[in-house]
Amino acid sequence: MKTQTLAIRDLGVRRAGCDILSGVSCSLITGQVVGVIGPNGAGKSTLLSAVAGQSGFSGAVSWGASGTGARPKSSDIGYMPQSCKVTASLTVLETVLLGTHERLGWRVSQSDIARATDILAELSLSHLASRCMTTLSGGQQQLVLLAQRLVRQPGLLVLDEATSALDMSHQISVLMLLKRYVVRHNALALMAIHDLNIAMQYADQLILIHDGRLVHQDAPENVLSVANIRRCYGLDVDLVARAGGRPVIAPRPQVMA
Amino acid sequence: MTVDTRHIAGYRRMAFKRALALGGAIFVMLWLVILDLSIGPSGMPLSDVIDAVLAGPDGADRATATIIWYLRMPQSLMAVIVGMCLGIAGLQMQTILDNPLASPFTLGFSAAAGFGAALSIMFGAALPLPEYLITPIAAFAMTILACLIVYGMVHALGETPEILVLCGIGVLFLFQSLQSLLQYLASPEILQQIVFWLFGSLLKANWTSVAVTSLVALACLPFILHDTWKLTVLRLGDANAASLGISVGRLRRRSFVLIALLTAAAVSFVGTIGFVGLVAPHVAKALVGEDHRFAIPLSAMVGAVILASASVFGKLISPGGVIPVGIITAVAGIPMLFLVIYARKRRSS
Repeated sequence: MKTQTLAIRDLGVRRAGCDILSGVSCSLITGQVVGVIGPNGAGKSTLLSAVAGQSGFSGAVSWGASGTGARPKSSDIGYMPQSCKVTASLTVLETVLLGTHERLGWRVSQSDIARATDILAELSLSHLASRCMTTLSGGQQQLVLLAQRLVRQPGLLVLDEATSALDMSHQISVLMLLKRYVVRHNALALMAIHDLNIAMQYADQLILIHDGRLVHQDAPENVLSVANIRRCYGLDVDLVARAGGRPVIAPRPQVMA
Repeated sequence: MTVDTRHIAGYRRMAFKRALALGGAIFVMLWLVILDLSIGPSGMPLSDVIDAVLAGPDGADRATATIIWYLRMPQSLMAVIVGMCLGIAGLQMQTILDNPLASPFTLGFSAAAGFGAALSIMFGAALPLPEYLITPIAAFAMTILACLIVYGMVHALGETPEILVLCGIGVLFLFQSLQSLLQYLASPEILQQIVFWLFGSLLKANWTSVAVTSLVALACLPFILHDTWKLTVLRLGDANAASLGISVGRLRRRSFVLIALLTAAAVSFVGTIGFVGLVAPHVAKALVGEDHRFAIPLSAMVGAVILASASVFGKLISPGGVIPVGIITAVAGIPMLFLVIYARKRRSS
């Protein structure tokens, strides 16, 4: 399979006279899970929304074989926006099927249902297939909406805090699933992550955003340095070394004023 | 049985049950139409009704043929078509506004139609048009004008459901005020005619109204069917729908125009008939969920059933009388709505 590249060049977003993002440039290849990290209001969601073509921006975003990419098409992208509460009386299976609404006919084909149920099984959601979405918890709904994106089999997954409502075990399962997915489908997953330890352990690469600018893009252990965390998060941390793995970030106890 | 086959079978079973609900609604609707045809001031046994229907409009028994084909049948068919138009428009309105309280009249369409009708009743005599066409044309034109005003405002201000509702409410108040002004200025005889039109009555139906309303509904049908999956996706919220490749603004605008056309076609000839467009979508969603492949046709059928029932009920409680169906649907609609809300609440808890 030919490697695809997501190339972002000098991307900027300006709203109500403020620069939300400016001068963001990076190049990412398929087969990896790339975490987008940064403090609240740094511009992570704006970046992901622009990459997914959901909002206007200056600069260029291209997707394709190295150097020959064009703007990603909607069929290339599986974008999951932040906080999508579903209030519709649809079952979980129906909701996942809607991920492929473009190709659904009046009679839903057996293969479409099978693909949706496979994804549900991969996310350990088979037992919820006939449950109504309104009866699910926020975390369960988040997993179903992720399944809805995966069933589209996009080359470029853009996930805005897709694991924010999940417990740690589900966060790890999702990241492991994404790692398998990007390898199997020669895809790229770009996802905003708030938990720095999860980002450190499970992302293949990280992009650190601060004040609307890209501060650092590299392997997690290089991006999540003590200096970068202090600079961007204003937090003093220790990096605790771990045998055979990446370090763990431990915040230093704060002294009460 | 593997997990996949179990889910496939479950999905197929669910689709079958929904199709069955739709089939049941069609059956009830047909039964009500026959019942409606057999009830009237002159009375008529069911066998005579069937004979008259089979004999056609030129049947040998002229009196029966005239009663069935030229008096009762246009009214019965109009009840079905208007109910279907309002049912579909109501469901689409609730979907695009993401608001269970929305109905075809939320955005001021009925007020605009009422103003158009009042205008024509007061000044229409001066126009060189047949009397029976002036009021429907004026009501239709004003509904489309209301649609264009809201459309223009939304285009300029933003395409969110909130903007749409606010602009619609503005238009609603504008046309209500204009309608009140005309009522204030009208003579008692004209005022009575305006008020009767506003009640909504099937007595105004004839074959012209049946043909025109059917044609408008048929013209809208391909667009409605084309958007069934997109409207279902829209129920997941704007952000979700947009992220799944749907142009939400375009879908909302298209649906809005279809709603205006269906509502205008429905109310122009029979007046404003409330609650059908609000209740029918709720009943449909309670029975088949929010998959619009089933919810749209079922909402249409439930709308037809409600209006046909109102027609039958109106004739039963007042044989030979003229209790407008608009009054019956409004009175019967409230307990029906409460019942649906109660049933849904019980089911979700």
